[in-house]
Amino acid sequence: MATPPVVPASPGVVGVFDTLDALLLALRELKAKGFTGLTVHSPVPHHDIEDILDEPVSPVRLFTLIGALSGTAFGFYYAIGTSLDWELIVGGKPIVSLPAYVVIGFETTILIGALATVAGMFLNARLPKLRKAAGYDPRFSADKFGIVVMGGPAQVAAAADILRAAGAAEVNDV
Amino acid sequence: MAVAVEPKVMTPRATPPTWAEVNRDIIKTLDPPGRGWFLGMAVILTGLALGALAWARQLKLGIGITGYTPPIFWGTYITTFVFWVGIAHSGTLISAVLFLFRSGWRSAVYRAAEAMTVFAVMTAGLFPILHLGRAWFAYWVAPYPNIRGLWSNFRSPLVWDIFAISTYLTVSATFLFMGLIPDIAALRDQATGWRKKIYSLLSFGWRNSNHEWRHFMRMYLFLAALSTPLVLSVHSVVSWDFAMGIVPGWHATIFAPYFVAGAIFSGCAMVITILVPLRKAFHLERYITVRHFENLAKLCLLTSSIVGYAYFTEYFIAWYSGNPFERSSFYNRVFGEYWWATWTMISCNVFIPLLLWSKKIRTSIPWLFVISLFINVGMWFERFVIIVTSLSHEFEPWQWAYYTPNIWELLIVTGSFCWFAMWFMLFIKFFPSVAIAEVKEALPPPGRTHAGGGH
Repeated sequence: MATPPVVPASPGVVGVFDTLDALLLALRELKAKGFTGLTVHSPVPHHDIEDILDEPVSPVRLFTLIGALSGTAFGFYYAIGTSLDWELIVGGKPIVSLPAYVVIGFETTILIGALATVAGMFLNARLPKLRKAAGYDPRFSADKFGIVVMGGPAQVAAAADILRAAGAAEVNDV
Repeated sequence: MAVAVEPKVMTPRATPPTWAEVNRDIIKTLDPPGRGWFLGMAVILTGLALGALAWARQLKLGIGITGYTPPIFWGTYITTFVFWVGIAHSGTLISAVLFLFRSGWRSAVYRAAEAMTVFAVMTAGLFPILHLGRAWFAYWVAPYPNIRGLWSNFRSPLVWDIFAISTYLTVSATFLFMGLIPDIAALRDQATGWRKKIYSLLSFGWRNSNHEWRHFMRMYLFLAALSTPLVLSVHSVVSWDFAMGIVPGWHATIFAPYFVAGAIFSGCAMVITILVPLRKAFHLERYITVRHFENLAKLCLLTSSIVGYAYFTEYFIAWYSGNPFERSSFYNRVFGEYWWATWTMISCNVFIPLLLWSKKIRTSIPWLFVISLFINVGMWFERFVIIVTSLSHEFEPWQWAYYTPNIWELLIVTGSFCWFAMWFMLFIKFFPSVAIAEVKEALPPPGRTHAGGGH
């Protein structure tokens, strides 16, 4: 069967896959041929995809760490600062009663750590996305996988060939 | 002589659903509600209205309309507050702790449990306010800058509680919503009209791409890691509301672990109570299987034994301490005028769950449903026993009193159940009550025969 010609003018191409293994095959081939800037759409995350893409660990963990530490500092600062603001001795206890403030410090650690983690995800994943993503297909949230390759005409044509050879059910221009 | 053995008839193992079927079946639960849903909602809203009326009456006439009898000023409201905070705990246990332990079975049930958590905390949060005579001053407990330069007392466990409960509400609601994002994207991709617009907005433009999953999975892992100590802290802090006081029956170091175990126990029972009708109404038998119920029952059994052990320890220490006030308080619990509450608690929380040792009962949905109802009742009584019997029998005999909730308090408690149910009923019609993405993760991907792990 003759391969249908690829329109070279399009800025990218999307391969739609029915099975994970076909997707992985295409992905490996694309990586081997040096394609960069690939976008893989998958209804669920899968470690095989992650292994091939071999991306660095997400920096979200830094947000968690900084958020949590700021939370600890804030909790203690809040409790100690307000106690010193109006020094009122209650039950003969010290003005700054650290053991009691551990509870406050702990809760703010979790609260701000969690909110910072979420903020980290939104910033790094570039959410919210207001525009439609190139090559996205609603089936990618059901049971289909997709690879979007963007680039110059020659690259796009080569990528389309790889996608087709790996067994993409559809190869469409973006 | 060879005996002809009739081959055992094997029921064919149910084939696991495909990914497309998961989307189809779970999105189907969001179809326009039928008559049953509206009927249920009508009953719920009536109950809620009655509770609201009772509260309106209390606001008008004052807290005196309750059955409070000096010195028992912590009665049904605080009991029900602790009850709902406890209910919340198993949701986080299932969604966060079991996530960290990589327990595959959580994926089908965690969404409903997590929603239950959020709504239970929302319900619990009402009670400290309901408990106030001048409810409009509830904000006084929060530390905010004010013209008098006065701040709240951070040494008070009640202020710790404000921090613990509001953190818990924020973090569990965030955790629920974050887990929902990929599922909302799936809903968006199938919806039409105004629903599509709303789901597009709520999905934040999620596209299931590797650039998103990479950060999402890290975020989810860290949220789970933060929620785990949080859930343990919340009920510990609630227990310190009591344990920090010197009231006989409260002042015990065992309280934090005892309350946490009890919370998970009651929460797992509530998850069973909710999942049984949910599964039936939405025909989710393929997703929420007997195995899920059995695992929940095992959790109930484990936590029931911990709770039973804690009861035993409490009584033993009361006797062993030689402290006459402690001894008298605990003796009064079991043989005094509150014997009915104590024995309801012990029967429902320790004896009835023993039935779960039987695999036959553990795997029978009707049995589990009935047992879970008993546990719900028992755990409400546990809090009643701890709070009311201790206050009713303090140091001096002239302080002793007898309190029972009256109709207004019971109406408000009923209203709280309806408030909880209302949110849950709305949730299951607007959002998937079973996690679409996570259920798929636990199934073989298209073209494979085994799941092979998620990420």
